[in-house]
Amino acid sequence: MKPEALTEALVEKFGDQVAPLETPFEIPQYRVEPRALVDVATYLKEVGFEMLLDVGGVDYYPRSPRFEVVYHFLDMKNRRRVRLRCSPPDERPEVPSLAAIWPAADPAEREVYDLFGVVFTGHPNLTRILMPYDWEGHPLRKDYPLRGPREKLEARFAAEKNRFHAPKLAGER
Amino acid sequence: MEMTNGQFFVTTIDKFVRWAQKSSIWPLTFGLACCAIEMMNLVGPRYDAARFGSEVMRASPRQADLMIVSGRLSLKMVPVIQQVYQQMPEPKWVIAMGACASSGGIFDNYAIVQGVDRVLPVDVYVPGCPPTPDAVLHAIMKLKESIAQGRAKGGVMAREA
Repeated sequence: MKPEALTEALVEKFGDQVAPLETPFEIPQYRVEPRALVDVATYLKEVGFEMLLDVGGVDYYPRSPRFEVVYHFLDMKNRRRVRLRCSPPDERPEVPSLAAIWPAADPAEREVYDLFGVVFTGHPNLTRILMPYDWEGHPLRKDYPLRGPREKLEARFAAEKNRFHAPKLAGER
Repeated sequence: MEMTNGQFFVTTIDKFVRWAQKSSIWPLTFGLACCAIEMMNLVGPRYDAARFGSEVMRASPRQADLMIVSGRLSLKMVPVIQQVYQQMPEPKWVIAMGACASSGGIFDNYAIVQGVDRVLPVDVYVPGCPPTPDAVLHAIMKLKESIAQGRAKGGVMAREA
C-alpha cells in the first residue's frame, strides 16, 4: 500500500477526524482527533503496522492546544512507517490509552503522563515512572521552573541533615 | 609506631586500629554516571589501586568500606543511596567523585541533587569532569591520611564520639 493509498483509506474511513499533514522526513503523518485515536490505531494494526515504536509528548506552550502526543508505528513486513499526532484540549488533556492494543504503549504513556501531565484514559497503571512517586508537577512542561522546587528540597535535606552526619561536639560551631 | 631492638612494635591500640582501617579500604562498586568509567580504571593495571590496598571493588555494600559516589545523584536515587550507605558496615567513608557529586555540576535542574553532601556525610571531594583516576587515587591517599590522623572517623561510629 502506497502512502497515498493509506491516506485515501484513512480519510475515507474516518472522514475529518484524520487530517494528513506535511511529511518533511518521508514518514507520512496525520493529525488525529483524540476520540478517533483508538479506532485509527486499531485500523493501522489491521493493515500491517504491527509495532508501536514510541509514544512521545510535546508541549507547544503558549500555543493552544499546547500538548501533542506523537505516535510512531512501523510496518516491518512492508518497511513503512507512519506517525500520528494527537492534540488533546488544554482544559482536559486526556487521550485514550493504546496499552490494550500495544502493550508497549504502557511504559511510554506513563512517561508522557509523568513529564507532561497528559492523562491516558483506560491505562492499566497510570503512575509516575521517572520522577519520584510523591513528586508534584510535570517537569517537561514549558511553564515548569527549570530548577523545580529547589528551596523546598534544600529545606527538606537540611531538616534531615543529617541522619548520618556526626553531631556537633561541645564548643564546635 | 616505634621499633624496639628490631624485635617488636610499641603502639597504641587506637593507632593500630586506624592503621588497619586505612590500609585496606575496599571501595563499593557504585557507578552512577560517566565518572564510573574513570573509576573502573582504578583497579586496572595502569592505575592499580591495589598498591594502596583498595584493589577489590566489592559488589555488596556489606563488604565495602568506601563509597565512591561517581556521577550525578538524581532525586529518585536518594533513598537507594541512603539504604546502600546504611547497609555498609562501620567504619565507612564517602568520596564525592567529580563535579556533579560534589556540587551538582552542570546539572543545575530539578532532577539532580546539588551535591551528595546534602544526603550523605562526605569525607573527600574530588574536582574534575570527570576526574582522572590519578585524582581519585589522590583522594584515597588523602582519606588514608586523615584516617591515620583520626580525623575521618567513618560514618555512624562518629555519632558516638
